[in-house]
Amino acid sequence: MRITCPFCGERELGEFTYLGDAKPARPAPGASEDEVYDYVYLRDNIAGVMDESWYHGGGCRAWLKVTRNTLTHEISAVEPAPGAGARQVAK
Amino acid sequence: MSQSHRLASGGLVDRAAPLNFSFDGKSFSGFKGDTLASALVANGVKLVGRSFKYHRPRGILTAGSEEPNALVELRTGARREANTKATTAELYDGLEAASQNRWPSLNFDVMSVNQLFAPIFVAGFYYKTFMWPAKFWEAIYEPAIRRAAGLGRAAVVPDPDHYDKAWAHCDVVIAGSGPAGLAAALAAGRSGARVILCEEDFVPGGRLLADGGTIDGLPAAEWLARTLAELGSLPDVRIMTRTTLFGVYDGGTYGAIERVNDHLPQPPEHQVRQRLWRIVAKRCVVAAGALERPIVFAGNDTPGVMMASAMRSYINRYAAAPAKRIALFTNNEDGWHTVEVALGAGLQVAAVIDARAEISPAHRSLASKGGFPVLHGSVSGVDGGKTGVRKLSVSLTGGARAEVEADGLAVSGGWNPTVGLTSYHRGRPKWRDDIAAFVPDGAPPGMVAAGAANGAFGLGACLREGFEAGAAAARDAGRAGNAGSAPVADDEAFSLTPLWHVAGKGKAFVDQQHDVTASDIELAQREGFESVEHLKRYTTLGMATDQGKTSNVAGLAIMAAVTGKSIPETGTTIYRPPYVPVAIGAFAGHHRDENFHATRLTPLHHWAAEQGAIFVDTGLWKRAQWYPRAGEKDWLESVTREVKAVRGGVGFCDVSTLGKIDVHGADAGAFLDRVYINTFSNLAVGKARYGLMLREDGIVYDDGTTSRLAEEHYFLTTTTAKAGLVMQHLEFCRQVLFPELDVQLTSVSDQWAQFSIAGPKTRDLLKEIVDPSEDLSNEGFPFMGAREVALRGGVKARLFRISFSGEMAFEISVPARYGEAMARNLMIAGQPFGVTPYGTEALGVMRIEKGHVAGPELSGTTTAADLGLGKMTSTKKDFIGRVMAGREALVAPDRQVVVGIKPTDKARRLRSGAHIIPKGEIPGPDNDQGYVTSVCFSPTLDQWIGLALIERGRERIGEIVHAHDPLRGEDYDVEICNPVFYDPDGGRQRG
Repeated sequence: MRITCPFCGERELGEFTYLGDAKPARPAPGASEDEVYDYVYLRDNIAGVMDESWYHGGGCRAWLKVTRNTLTHEISAVEPAPGAGARQVAK
Repeated sequence: MSQSHRLASGGLVDRAAPLNFSFDGKSFSGFKGDTLASALVANGVKLVGRSFKYHRPRGILTAGSEEPNALVELRTGARREANTKATTAELYDGLEAASQNRWPSLNFDVMSVNQLFAPIFVAGFYYKTFMWPAKFWEAIYEPAIRRAAGLGRAAVVPDPDHYDKAWAHCDVVIAGSGPAGLAAALAAGRSGARVILCEEDFVPGGRLLADGGTIDGLPAAEWLARTLAELGSLPDVRIMTRTTLFGVYDGGTYGAIERVNDHLPQPPEHQVRQRLWRIVAKRCVVAAGALERPIVFAGNDTPGVMMASAMRSYINRYAAAPAKRIALFTNNEDGWHTVEVALGAGLQVAAVIDARAEISPAHRSLASKGGFPVLHGSVSGVDGGKTGVRKLSVSLTGGARAEVEADGLAVSGGWNPTVGLTSYHRGRPKWRDDIAAFVPDGAPPGMVAAGAANGAFGLGACLREGFEAGAAAARDAGRAGNAGSAPVADDEAFSLTPLWHVAGKGKAFVDQQHDVTASDIELAQREGFESVEHLKRYTTLGMATDQGKTSNVAGLAIMAAVTGKSIPETGTTIYRPPYVPVAIGAFAGHHRDENFHATRLTPLHHWAAEQGAIFVDTGLWKRAQWYPRAGEKDWLESVTREVKAVRGGVGFCDVSTLGKIDVHGADAGAFLDRVYINTFSNLAVGKARYGLMLREDGIVYDDGTTSRLAEEHYFLTTTTAKAGLVMQHLEFCRQVLFPELDVQLTSVSDQWAQFSIAGPKTRDLLKEIVDPSEDLSNEGFPFMGAREVALRGGVKARLFRISFSGEMAFEISVPARYGEAMARNLMIAGQPFGVTPYGTEALGVMRIEKGHVAGPELSGTTTAADLGLGKMTSTKKDFIGRVMAGREALVAPDRQVVVGIKPTDKARRLRSGAHIIPKGEIPGPDNDQGYVTSVCFSPTLDQWIGLALIERGRERIGEIVHAHDPLRGEDYDVEICNPVFYDPDGGRQRG
């Protein structure tokens, strides 16, 4: 599999580390235990297109949101995390 | 030795370059350009192996990587390689090969008596027979079966050769250099594409080498030479021979194995044996051709029975005659080429047995000119044995029988396109009735099949399809140059009457490598294993090293016939890479032995090695474990000396392996507040603080000291083991969770050499190192102070007054390039104070004496409170793990918590891992209350001590409990105690 890092260009899988579902958002301070429990443990396991968090540890150390089809491994979009250091990256 | 079956002229072998080789100890000679198989053919050797199950004599069936029978042990000693196909092994001078699966010799094989018991060795035999008693399986059945069945012997010593891994990038990768592949390369190359053409063989050309033909009005050989010259002139076209494209992976990544030096006795110095390529290509053209398929009939495994196209390869390409008097059994037009080639080479043709009702007038006149009969019917039996074919029984259409005397039989049952690569992403090929074969039905993204691999069998069609596919691939890759015109050749009619299996008496083999017969398939069907996936596993059809290249389609055709279904209804099994066996060594490449992973050396490593340090592997690092001195009898003596030296004077330890992260920015403090359970935003500049971070699920993740060097600059340390993971975690927090914070992280682990200097004389030693202007007094540099200092000579260092040992101690960081000089200076300056370098063992002893937790306690199951660090938790802020750490089970009063333990028998040695059981109870899972995490011999207390995780431990100080160690067979009592064994009020470290 190859991922096109917005900073480094197309790179092979070995440079990246997979975290998982990128959708859950960390609850704000003061959230209930149930809300935090859902955030920590409940993950969608989609057979199809999903957003995932990947870390380009073998490259620029950016966290990326990778839109990937889990059935075909086709990657349709890669976006840097909001704090990855680039507000807008050339497509 | 004379080459009795070498033709007088022709072939692509170099008669000026004779090569000597041996097979089963007997000497032969061949020529450069031969394979081992062709050289054996040229020497009239027919028997080359014994079969897997029945030990039947076997010969050479094919001339390529699909070979099921002619497997040998190649080379000797450490380079002995089992199950090597003689048909692809290039001949070299001095080659040594041995036949497999026979004893005592190939000619006289004791185990061939298995044939007499053949009726019991049917499909599922092992499953049915060796079921009971179960314990017999490992002890008796399996070893016996493994001795009797099987293939070659692997070398029993490590492989002395090197293997390499490499990447390549191109626009178009092409599998196969037959007419379709060459035409594709021409079109893509002329268009300006970067092309890699992989050819499994050691010479490009594919079937052109054996079958010739006329292209663009030129004889095939001339066209081939011209084409290779043109491709060679294109700067971006690379032809890789001896290279098999074996798999396709996501994102246009292709696996290829290059046999760089397999054609030599051993690789030249500093060269690799094989190289594993990962090729990244925008487009792929599969021009891998087709494999001729056998017809299954009784005795079809007799040496001398050979694929018709293989016979043409041996005669035309290698000038070697597989037989003197040849018969052909075919069900299609193409097989007849073998007759033409045999006649052209001056060989006799005994007969053609053609299963079709009609043959062409041209072939009829060829038969009358050649003086051989054409029999309409099928071969139903073979009279012969280990010396080869003698006579064929023929069932004629209409029921009559005939016999044909011949010493070789060419068989053609049609052609199967090579659909592996196109099907590796779970693609299922589709059936085409007109050629009675499976062809690709779609392919992984970016891939297309062309020529025979796509079911286009004529030479003209191969060239056309290949050229179009190459031109389209180049266009798709953005290369728009002029591809010119396609090479032109005639197309031949391909007429075939499907014929898979001829009924007859005797064993008729479908899968020759695994000895699966037509009757095994019928039996599988009777026993309910009808699905092709069940058929495969029950009979082991297609599961040998050849992966059923010659047998799979015939097998499922026979299954289709017995179930009354059509072949497409029966379907194929799933295709999986690799297309040819790839050595594990090639996948490992250079990553073996000491190079299995990277080795990290600290800046002090070479100095420590000079001191005679014993090193321990800690993750990727080599760390000095202790520094033995002359006369010390074991590690314990050395470690004890080091601890005493520190506690009584001064010592230093290399702690450069700690993870080090510079945290910069206006919000650096706020950021640290969110990742640690305690607060850092209120840490004064010039101070250090111990921090504990949790995972979001509330469990402790890592610990370390973090210092504030400036208003907006913190220096964070992690444990050695978690350095990389903590960096990744903090980057996630910064980039994903808290992007609003103004903070930057820089890994500086490798920038600093860090020393822990400890002991009551630390300050005396440091004064010799640090610039005299720096105030190191208790007032000028108090406990938990941290700041940049100048060293004598001007080098800037970071100095931290922190202590892991419990002694008066500093940690000092110097730029990595000064690390070794620093160590030498400490030794010189410290001589008057008896300075002693100490290793990780002494470090561990002192931390256990002080009750500091480390890796064994930060086990991924413990909370801050479990570690006795619950009071650090801030209740005034949010941080990672805060909410989940409050879950019921994580704050339960009966959790196992860290306490100290001492044996009641002071002379007793403790060992970590022992279970803690209430005294007087019989150990069992129900009363298991925890376990011993860390132990050491404490020189300070002169006894063994330990840390343990024990249920309600802190409430049980003074209680005697039982330590149960079933692994080592030890049982003893220990007393639960305060984990801080040494200097509990911490006066020494503050002094």
